[in-house]
Amino acid sequence: MPSQSRGILAAVCLLLLLPALPANAVDSDQQVLHVLNRLAFGPTADDFNYVKVVGVERYIAEQLDPANITEPIELRYRLAQLATFGLGAVELRQLYGPLRPVAGVKPALDDIREEQQRASLVLREAAQARMWRAVLSRRQLEQVMVNFWFNHFNIFAGEGLERIWIGNYEEQAIRPYALGRFRDLLFAVAKHPAMLVYLDNTQNTASARTGADRLNENFAREVMELHTLGAEGGYTQVDVETLARVFTGWRVNPLDSNAFPEVAAVFEGARHDYGPKLFLGRQLKARGKAEGEEALDILAASPATAHHIAFELAQYFVADTPTPDLVDRLAARFLATGGDIRLVLKTLFDSAEFWASTGQKYKTPYEFVVSAVRAAGVPVNNVRPLLGWMSRLGMPLYGCETPDGYKSTTDAWLSPDATMQRIAFAAAFARGALPVTKDVEDRLAAPAPDRPSPVDPKRLEAIFGSTLTTGTRAVVDAAPAGERAALILGSPDFMRR
Amino acid sequence: MAINPMSRRRVVAAAAGALVLPLGRGAWAAAAEGGPQRLIVILLRGAVDGLNVVIPCAEPAYYAARPTIAIARPGTAGGALPLDDHFGLHPALASLLPLWRDGRLGFIHAAGSPDPNRSHFEAQRYLENGTPGCSTTPDGWMNRLLQVLPGPRGPTDAISVGPTLPRILTGKAPVANLRLGAGAAEPLPVDRPELAAAFDRLYAGASALDDAYREGRSARTELIGDLAREQEIADGGAPPPASFARSAMQLGRLIAGDPRIRLAFVALGGWDTHVDQGGATGWLANRLRPLGDGLAALAGGLGGVWRDTVVVVFSEFGRTVHENGDRGTDHGHGNAIWLAGGAVRGGRVYGAWPGLAPRQLYQRRDLAVTTDFRAAMSAILGPHMGLAEHQLAAVFPGAPASAAGLDRLLAT
Repeated sequence: MPSQSRGILAAVCLLLLLPALPANAVDSDQQVLHVLNRLAFGPTADDFNYVKVVGVERYIAEQLDPANITEPIELRYRLAQLATFGLGAVELRQLYGPLRPVAGVKPALDDIREEQQRASLVLREAAQARMWRAVLSRRQLEQVMVNFWFNHFNIFAGEGLERIWIGNYEEQAIRPYALGRFRDLLFAVAKHPAMLVYLDNTQNTASARTGADRLNENFAREVMELHTLGAEGGYTQVDVETLARVFTGWRVNPLDSNAFPEVAAVFEGARHDYGPKLFLGRQLKARGKAEGEEALDILAASPATAHHIAFELAQYFVADTPTPDLVDRLAARFLATGGDIRLVLKTLFDSAEFWASTGQKYKTPYEFVVSAVRAAGVPVNNVRPLLGWMSRLGMPLYGCETPDGYKSTTDAWLSPDATMQRIAFAAAFARGALPVTKDVEDRLAAPAPDRPSPVDPKRLEAIFGSTLTTGTRAVVDAAPAGERAALILGSPDFMRR
Repeated sequence: MAINPMSRRRVVAAAAGALVLPLGRGAWAAAAEGGPQRLIVILLRGAVDGLNVVIPCAEPAYYAARPTIAIARPGTAGGALPLDDHFGLHPALASLLPLWRDGRLGFIHAAGSPDPNRSHFEAQRYLENGTPGCSTTPDGWMNRLLQVLPGPRGPTDAISVGPTLPRILTGKAPVANLRLGAGAAEPLPVDRPELAAAFDRLYAGASALDDAYREGRSARTELIGDLAREQEIADGGAPPPASFARSAMQLGRLIAGDPRIRLAFVALGGWDTHVDQGGATGWLANRLRPLGDGLAALAGGLGGVWRDTVVVVFSEFGRTVHENGDRGTDHGHGNAIWLAGGAVRGGRVYGAWPGLAPRQLYQRRDLAVTTDFRAAMSAILGPHMGLAEHQLAAVFPGAPASAAGLDRLLAT
């Protein structure tokens, strides 16, 4: 952990009155790469040089405060070009939602097909925004955390409203809180219509009038198992049923509703179970919507939740099997700070375990593909080839059907075929064979070639040259120049972060 | 494709035509002499509603619990296909009925895990690691099975369909995974000798990545010929329309043409029917139909090897006996295990049926489990793969040795 030695060095500099000497001279390329592999989706040439100049400590501090990082004009321009990006959930449903029968007449097949095509634009743009940000954003830790929380609170863009709301869900429920308070994140997710539809809570209904409850446990179970307490969190089947009753009435606002037409998710009191409830050993006050909020507050503040989140963060940022000691420290920090994600991460990035874990994580297909594009510095107008490769590697973007999301562990992704396919991607990408520069949406002022130039191995050497393992070094040096980029991007070194 | 003498002959003939291609190891000769026993495991992730697959039509409690999603009694419109006096089959699985009549399809009802966990992810973990209640087991039971199988070990003894390796196959023994479909046989950069030589040197170490690379390279070398040959057969005839049926046919042919493949695994998702699961038609029916067609296509693709094959289809748990308020079902307990293959003594529903009256239910809501899935698998693996007690104990440590009524699951 270099901060102490850097502190001493800084003090020495002050004493000697040498203001120009950078305080980070001790950061090795290895440390610079480590930080960029974990807080970012790998290095770009620019980021690598930047961190070498400002030092890892300052880079970490900057990344923990993304609001003060200016995004590149290229990224802002690209996002501004997206027609549906930034629309609200209500507008999205009105403009792109599934057609419904009018006066009992079902929509024609042609109209349905046309509607589905329009809806696919929304998903396509969400994927473009996600990929461009992952590649181009200077707020890399924010992108990493958005990806992390998205998988923690996964929804699936297979069909229906989820398809048109998934981008809005990421923008409205996840991104604003990715480094904020866990409780706020949990509330935003639990109240987003995409989640309520995805986990069937929009149907979860109690009926005082008929006495026939139509409970649906799906949302309640996953909120506890996946979102908060964890599977070992000490709740029972009775707690699942109770929480399902607590959440009765949390649902999507019907289209053209007269009540609150400006919001897409509502609490509908007529569907709520107002009976007394004992949840996790605590008596809840029967008071409608606030009861669900009370339950979420109980869950967010639970030590089991702190432990669950601490484990997942340590697993993502340090090692597949993090030490219990690190997890306990992070969990304690989580509890002491009221679930302040930024401060928990700061503790994590200060830990000896973090600094001792270089290269111990195996990249997911998403991390592998994005990091290759970043390192190569290839401009991406067309994200489709990248999305296609991620699907081929078993990780389609927005395509995890189950609510547990994609894992970040080696077990989940390392396989014989995946290794062959990753090398195939590295070779095709290095050769310039993927049409990522193609201007599919016809948005660029100047015409772009369909395919980029082959990746320049010197560019990769400038970033990774000093840190390649000796085995990889020897093989790359012995190879013809035309194969070097493929070998670096397909090497075991590049599979790890 | 239903398995009948006609279609089986046709498949064998088509494959025999491929004999002019370089085959490598005389695969068909081995099959003709009675080749190795095969096991194909299909995991329906998300918990299929077994009570609407193998339907207890004789139980009034079933119909009382499911006012909108019950499958009607046999002989009525959209009714179940009759299996025996007590049970019927979902009508969307009509393509499997010939297998049932042929005695090559059976079920073990009220089977499942002794662990009551209703989390998909925990329950799947236990189903795959084979140690219910213990999550720290580092390997999967199919990998342990591979380790106790007699005979020499190779990189393609077990294959998994899909880009990632499921927990059930992880462990010490090497396994292969592959993608099926139109492009499965297309050449990769690692097939080019110069580049392959350089990558071989890059991955010459002892880490898990190096192992995976070497397994991938050997599997590719071994299977690429099979896949290319399969492609030629498939291109010769019209492939089945549904993608699973196509993949299943492809898988069947791959296994049939390569006696080294002993175990295969496929996972299918989309069974978590909390809302609007439908009855004779609808969501569940629309997923069962391609599954049934796929199993029939698998039988067709296996050709003569079908005789030596057991196919097991199961889920992590069953679903609630009562339908919920959304015309769906929630996470339950007991389920039906499906058994198919020429090696199966089918045409009957095995297992002690616990009944659906309220006092007979597990925790008053779910079908009880009367057969531990490990006992069911052991009852198959013992005679089918020729495993002794101590070998079965290595596959399922701590499992009950046997369950009553399962001693004759296989055809003799």
